Amino acid sequence: MASDYSPSEMMAAVAARELGDREVVFVGIGLPNLACNLARAIQAPDLVLIYESGAVGAVPERLPVSIGDPSLVTGSLMVCSMADVFQLFLQNGKIEVGFLGGAQIDRWGNINTTVIGKYDKPKVRLPGSGGAAEIAVHAQRVLIISRLNPRAFPAELDFLTSPGQRCKGKTRKELGMPGAGPIKVITDRGILESDPETGEMILTALYPGNTAEEVKANVGWPLRVRDHLGQVAPPTAQEIDLLRHKLDPQKLFLG
Amino acid sequence: MDSKVVSMKGAIAAHVRDGDTVVIEGFTHLINFAAGHEIIRQRRKDLTLCRLTPDLIYDQMIAAGCAKKLVFSWAGNPGAGSLHAFRRAVEKGTPPLEIEEYSHFGMVARMSAGAASLPFWPMRNYMGTDLPVVNPRIRTVTCPYTGEELATVPALNPDVTIIAAQRADRLGNAQVWGLLGVQKEAAFASKRVIVVVEELVDESVIRSDPNRTLIPGMIVDAVVVEPWGCHPSYAQGFYDRDNDFYVAWEDISRDAAKLQAYLDEWVHGVTDRAAYMAKQPELKQRLTAKAQMCEGVNYGF
Repeated sequence: MASDYSPSEMMAAVAARELGDREVVFVGIGLPNLACNLARAIQAPDLVLIYESGAVGAVPERLPVSIGDPSLVTGSLMVCSMADVFQLFLQNGKIEVGFLGGAQIDRWGNINTTVIGKYDKPKVRLPGSGGAAEIAVHAQRVLIISRLNPRAFPAELDFLTSPGQRCKGKTRKELGMPGAGPIKVITDRGILESDPETGEMILTALYPGNTAEEVKANVGWPLRVRDHLGQVAPPTAQEIDLLRHKLDPQKLFLG
Repeated sequence: MDSKVVSMKGAIAAHVRDGDTVVIEGFTHLINFAAGHEIIRQRRKDLTLCRLTPDLIYDQMIAAGCAKKLVFSWAGNPGAGSLHAFRRAVEKGTPPLEIEEYSHFGMVARMSAGAASLPFWPMRNYMGTDLPVVNPRIRTVTCPYTGEELATVPALNPDVTIIAAQRADRLGNAQVWGLLGVQKEAAFASKRVIVVVEELVDESVIRSDPNRTLIPGMIVDAVVVEPWGCHPSYAQGFYDRDNDFYVAWEDISRDAAKLQAYLDEWVHGVTDRAAYMAKQPELKQRLTAKAQMCEGVNYGF
């Protein structure tokens, strides 16, 4: 067990533990990519990595800087068009896990990656959806990775880019969304999980050295806390060794 | 049949006109910067630029004053930061830029509809989100078989699509390997198609491996042979992505004056791609792909 680790390393390790062997994962760049390759090296050697760029069963030999890195192609199982990725794989229900992040996340796991401020006159123009909106609709389950702070977890989103458990008062079922949506938010202090009945994100587990009060102070809505909070184990020596020395030695994403 | 091979200058002069709807596709892979630079040099204006990811190339074209409108689904600098010319246009209106925004699946679906000569494409998407609120062209249709409500996006039929490929013959039969993006759909949806290749090959090379042909020559209007035409994007098996330049763009594009100085030196300051490459001979050493060949297959019967 490592005693000296960064919040990013903890988040990557926690995300990796969510993945089972042979699962089919829609991978994003950054921490999700690290988490997936960490899982491949530990408990899920046959994890199938699919990137929206069309690489299926990718085995990147170097840390991909972009989602269309050439190392995702070399040695992969299949390369297909993006029409195939979104229709035959994602819309057709073949993706088991999707990772998403965002500038703003609300109490239902809705995500904003479009604008801060008004759409027509934004204070900050963010990149937009990319494939996030459809991943949120179709992946069998979605894991959100985001650092906690009050601006990132506001009571109200400036824009709803990717749907969570409840959008403008309607449930996923009422809206006809096939996937289960975001079931966990992996933060730098603990884990939020969607309440199976209401869909609301609830604090269910803490990382070492954090308190529920600290988490609540970083969330813009009255965060509910589960009665019996879980304690998440810190990264193991093996997880840290892989992350630091094999997966991201240049600290591109583990800053 | 007559060869379609022309210079980049000639291809852009003949096929890209002021006010056109232009697609330069390629998802991270095979983005043809050489064509974008020639459009800037020829000072085309009022273009509607469409791409899933505007990437650095449309950021440069926006800064150069070529764009009236941008149609897109993800406007960032992959792995490095923002597209600051795009952000200045949207946040500050300098220069003014109309935007029309989808998700990746939405853009792919628009090109699929265009390529299949259908007016729209249905999909399960956008429920609960604000995307249809700000883009009234995202609508719904009721399925006549199941009664399900589906999202729809309208066909995209560009005036001209520019596609990069590793190789083609002189008639434009173009072969691509590595990431395929949405190039096939974009090309079939387009009124005119320019194919830009690393290597011109004999028709017999194409015919020896027909499964690798992405774009058939019958839909191609011009073939341009332009080695390293995609830098700082990449061509699988030819050269790697210049991630250092993508990172450097964050700093160049953040400052409008610095960006103009970049365009003056690297776009207006060179006559063509060969001159661009001659200015930075170290690129070939740094980025040339190492060989990893696949075994051929038996096409016999």
